[in-house]
Amino acid sequence: MIPARWPREDAASERLLVVDPRAETFRDARIGELPFLLRPDDLLVLNDAATLPASLAGRGPRGEPIEARLLGELASGTFRAVLLGPGDWRQRTEDRAAPARVEAGDRLAFAGLSATVERVSRISLRLIELRFDRSGADFWLALYRAGRPVQYAYTSRPIELWQVQVAYASRPWAVEMPSAGRPLRWDLLLALRARGTRFARVTHAAGLSSTGDAALDAALPLPERFEIPPGTVEAVASAHRAGGRVIAVGTSVARALEGAAQGGALIEGTGETDLVIGPGYRPRVVDGLLTGTHEPSASHFALLHAFAPAALLARASEHAERAGYLTHEFGDSWLVLPRSTA
Amino acid sequence: MELKGKGALVTGASKGLGAALAAELARVGARIALVARGAGELSRVAAEIRATGGEAHALPANVADKRAAHAIAGSAAALVGPIELLIHNASTLGPVPLRLLLDTDCEDLDHVLEVNLVGPFRLTKIVAGAMALRGSGLVLHVSSDAAVAAYPRWGAYGVSKAAQDHLSRILAAELSPAGVRFLSVDPGEMDTEMHAAAMPDADRAALPAPAAVARRIASMIRQAERIENGARLEAGSWKEAG
Repeated sequence: MIPARWPREDAASERLLVVDPRAETFRDARIGELPFLLRPDDLLVLNDAATLPASLAGRGPRGEPIEARLLGELASGTFRAVLLGPGDWRQRTEDRAAPARVEAGDRLAFAGLSATVERVSRISLRLIELRFDRSGADFWLALYRAGRPVQYAYTSRPIELWQVQVAYASRPWAVEMPSAGRPLRWDLLLALRARGTRFARVTHAAGLSSTGDAALDAALPLPERFEIPPGTVEAVASAHRAGGRVIAVGTSVARALEGAAQGGALIEGTGETDLVIGPGYRPRVVDGLLTGTHEPSASHFALLHAFAPAALLARASEHAERAGYLTHEFGDSWLVLPRSTA
Repeated sequence: MELKGKGALVTGASKGLGAALAAELARVGARIALVARGAGELSRVAAEIRATGGEAHALPANVADKRAAHAIAGSAAALVGPIELLIHNASTLGPVPLRLLLDTDCEDLDHVLEVNLVGPFRLTKIVAGAMALRGSGLVLHVSSDAAVAAYPRWGAYGVSKAAQDHLSRILAAELSPAGVRFLSVDPGEMDTEMHAAAMPDADRAALPAPAAVARRIASMIRQAERIENGARLEAGSWKEAG
């Protein structure tokens, strides 16, 4: 499939493939039609994480060029990070040279910010814990000065931080944009609201989609931090009571909601999840899914199998390919409708 | 709105009304991110708030700097949690002594609009979407009587403040259904550096202290749900109840 190489001007006219597992059909629509595709009393759950400037270009302990991609904050000023070798955004991560090997105690220098390698993972020598030499407000401002958003080789030019934020972003937790929510502008969200669709939120520290290291990519997703506010637990219960359906916007929301319901019922609070949703998984909270257009080989596509039969997904995917649906962060979307009649 | 434990972002917080508002809001339990250009003064204000048991983080940045907008909003949310209260207090008069509009350089008008209107708009754009998703939140614009009265020589500033008042009203009209509130507050005359720069001959002893005005504005914020969304209020005629 072809990637969308740049954010498009009019999000409402982006394409939306509506997959209906109950009727075993799919059809072409536009994002702007969402208010008519969802029902009053449906609950749309969004990930309100802002996207970090998670990519830091710098120098290793012996002056070698490296790039650190922050995966998530472990404690104040300490992050899990992946190292990449020399290269730039035009190269796919899998084509990037391996980074110089680092050990605990090594110092990494970035523009106006430096850090110490605290620990190197057993999964991969590129996966490290990094303690920055600043904390609090000093650290955050320095990070925004030194960092850029994680780049994608398929874009026509480098993307800026504002282009990878959803329209309702709050705390900067996400390493990469929770991109399923990208086409949801306020014009559309208010139209949904006016028709009776409710909103709830989770904050999920969406991690890297790939690292370029086979051993590490095989271990993805690493545990990701999430927070389920009390209001979301109530909103899910009340939607289900009223016969509404819970639609997760993005796989990160599906993982957070399902991850927080592993005890049986959805519970509020913060946690980490490394839950993998795929074929055979029976969702406990999420009824339907708004998501990007993914290649059938992607893990995000595997997640769809928990919501729709494999044969239908395969047909839908062939259609999307033929019809020229665009993939990746700035691409077109799929709405996988709930299976149940409720 | 209840302020205890809530994340608040106050611009122009290194002195005058901004510093007083930050201190007053921290006193009632809000977690404050302070923004101003002067790092030294800002750190001192934040340290004073922390010394009295409040939570305050100094973010030295320029609200007129396009590249700083995400740094300000993102850092603030990382430090104090989701921003539930955004106070646009930073502003500039433009060149002083104040000039007639025909003597005002276009670049100076541009700069005043950038600091007083476009910069705040950028921050609101970044912050208010999350408020709308949560169905709550307040954006407060510090206004001036120069937004309403046509005072000679207050052209650049007055135009920017009038535009800001209207920005506040339109945002309120658009986001009322989503539960986000907007207010413009004219603090009235106060004994501040800005007042002294605009009116060097005024008797400073006769002017109210910023701290007294900040208490009134904090009272408005606590009562915000009872105020019409998009309203423009004068601190001087506000009856402190809560």
